[in-house]
Amino acid sequence: MLRASKQAALIQQSATALGKRSFATVADPPVRHYGGLKDQDRIFTNAYCRHDHGLKGAMARGDWHRTKDIVLKGDSWIIQTIKDSGLRGRGGAGFPSGLKWSFMNKPGWEKDKRPRYLVVNADEGEPGTCKDREILRGDPHKLVEGCLVAGRAMNATAAYIYIRGEFVQEAEHLQQAITEAYRAGLIGKNACGSGYSFDVYVHRGAGAYICGEETALIESLEGKQGKPRLKPPFPADVGLFGCPTTVANVETVAVAPTICRRGAPWFAGFGRKRNEGTKLFCISGHVNNPCVVEEEMSIPLRELIERHCGGVRGGWDNLLGIVPGGSSVPVLPKDMCAEVLMDYDSLKDAQSGLGTGAVIVMDKSTDIVAAIARFSSFYKHESCGQCTPCREGTTWMMNMMNRMVEGSAHRREIDMLLELTKQVEGRTICALGDAAAWPIQGLMRHFRPEVEKRIDSFRAEHGGVLFGGRLKSEIDPTLATPDNLGANLIEPGDRM
Amino acid sequence: MRFLRRFAAARPSSTVRGISTSCPRLSDALFVHRDTEYNNPKIPFEFTSENLRTAEEIISRYPQQYKKAAVIPLLHLAQRQNKGWTSISVMNYVAKFLEMPPMRVYEVATFYTMFNREPIGENFVQVCTTTPCMLRGSTDILRTVCDHLGGIKPGGTSKDGKFTVIEVECQGACSNAPMMVVNDDFYEDLTPETTKKVLDAFAKGEKPRRGPQSGRQTSENSAGLTALTSKPYGPGEFCLPEFQ
Repeated sequence: MLRASKQAALIQQSATALGKRSFATVADPPVRHYGGLKDQDRIFTNAYCRHDHGLKGAMARGDWHRTKDIVLKGDSWIIQTIKDSGLRGRGGAGFPSGLKWSFMNKPGWEKDKRPRYLVVNADEGEPGTCKDREILRGDPHKLVEGCLVAGRAMNATAAYIYIRGEFVQEAEHLQQAITEAYRAGLIGKNACGSGYSFDVYVHRGAGAYICGEETALIESLEGKQGKPRLKPPFPADVGLFGCPTTVANVETVAVAPTICRRGAPWFAGFGRKRNEGTKLFCISGHVNNPCVVEEEMSIPLRELIERHCGGVRGGWDNLLGIVPGGSSVPVLPKDMCAEVLMDYDSLKDAQSGLGTGAVIVMDKSTDIVAAIARFSSFYKHESCGQCTPCREGTTWMMNMMNRMVEGSAHRREIDMLLELTKQVEGRTICALGDAAAWPIQGLMRHFRPEVEKRIDSFRAEHGGVLFGGRLKSEIDPTLATPDNLGANLIEPGDRM
Repeated sequence: MRFLRRFAAARPSSTVRGISTSCPRLSDALFVHRDTEYNNPKIPFEFTSENLRTAEEIISRYPQQYKKAAVIPLLHLAQRQNKGWTSISVMNYVAKFLEMPPMRVYEVATFYTMFNREPIGENFVQVCTTTPCMLRGSTDILRTVCDHLGGIKPGGTSKDGKFTVIEVECQGACSNAPMMVVNDDFYEDLTPETTKKVLDAFAKGEKPRRGPQSGRQTSENSAGLTALTSKPYGPGEFCLPEFQ
């Protein structure tokens, strides 16, 4: 897409240079530039906690404004609005939200007497991600109102907000918002005077990354270990307490009321087609001024960093690579970073992903292998231990990555490691196995020479290394060792 | 398992290893409970009357037949009352309170990392060392914390019993890296100097201001706002005519 438009621009340039156009040339559509969102189009106006987060302040910023009318519009209107707005789930997978919410209203749902739940996923734990935190402490009323609107859309009876246990201040703000909303009659019985009853509860987690997965979250909410469930049955059929449930990210839910009030075309006006909207991006790592900022979707990655974060530490040329969407997406090298747009499709084309919009920037001082190895130990720590490929695989990956950091491995082990990641990926109940595999695959895709260099220099210093990291010099020559450990394989650079 | 471990301990430490045994590995926290003087089922535990009210309120959030959904919030509550750690009596009490088998509570308490099953110091310091923090120098912060508290190791408690330090995974404040959590509060944008300042304040029994220690307010651009510079728009502004 980008390259095509560049080429077109080149052609146009040469055409204008000649001063005339042949009949066969077609006028180029105007090149649209994304980014540079105005304050009036930002949804989270208190993301930096500069204003009152309580009910009074929230109402002054336009929350709870004619919510009754939105609720009275009914479920199909809300769902159609969300569908028209093109909102995609902001938790990482990017599933169209309107479609997801509509799964709750299957034909004949009224006959089902079970309670129905909306569960909001505020278990923000993906390394690099800190966007929901700003919503929870700055704009908690947007979330509570969003629960009511999204709950109305899926005809839910109650919403549970599962907030990670470490967010104590955030949970306080949220609880305060809920209490205020109950007192003002905005939620509870006859919410906003619309005749619709809706409860909102906070549930604090206890420090398990895996509970960010929707079925693990449901298990945890039921008071069990957070181990993902097999799907099907999908939560929309059998979810929390055995009732129809939809799990949605904080940001997805919190933007719903504003979309309804300002209209789907307004929201759909931002970003490229199929990637519409605005999004909170959190930039961390080696930038001059890391920050969380709401921007238009499809903003070029480079512009995002230079406009809002004061650029990469030491200038753009000092950049080594960027992880564009939280720990579970593959890293991108510098030349790709200059090209990609921050949206689902552009990053997918670059073999990475938007994830949660958590940009982790690494400059040339970074030990990239160690950085990715740290992700591997994170996944090892957070694997719930339910599926064997993930439980064992994450440990293996961590051990191998830790050896790669100093280079005490055999060159062929890089391919073994890649094969291992392929064996974990897609063979587990939830996506944690995939998430553990992708950063390693990304590292080897773009930074393999760096890993090989380390292995070679370690080998030059310490002599041959066997598969598994043992030194050839440590092997007792009086013992019979199998010949398939790589001890006698000849490597490039070895003296014969 | 127990047999194996004893066997391993009883063996004279030598470099010779049987073919079928692997070296004993210590996991970061032992999942098995062993009765000790400070942690055994005979030590009584009960909610205070205030916590009892809170507990009832928490249980009322869940459907009646799913009382056990309250196990995590109640464990939080009980841990707070029990000086920050979850003893076997705490778990047994919560199990009785929620009318669920004790084993189900043990399962939960061992699965989630926020439940400490060993006593901790007065102040619980958790230093995040995951990649975004690591890139901003959390290794130095961890070293500073450990050295400043008398050369303890992560997982250890200082000699005066005032601090316990552990290394934790991502706490969700990555734009404010490096960071640490002391008790309930996040201390962000740390440098070795500000880390020491925060720790010293806690040692004196004070509570320093939570949040970034660098002067910025939350997670905005520290060189001046690049967004949300104007007054926020009010109710009905920019809305569709029907919602104005």
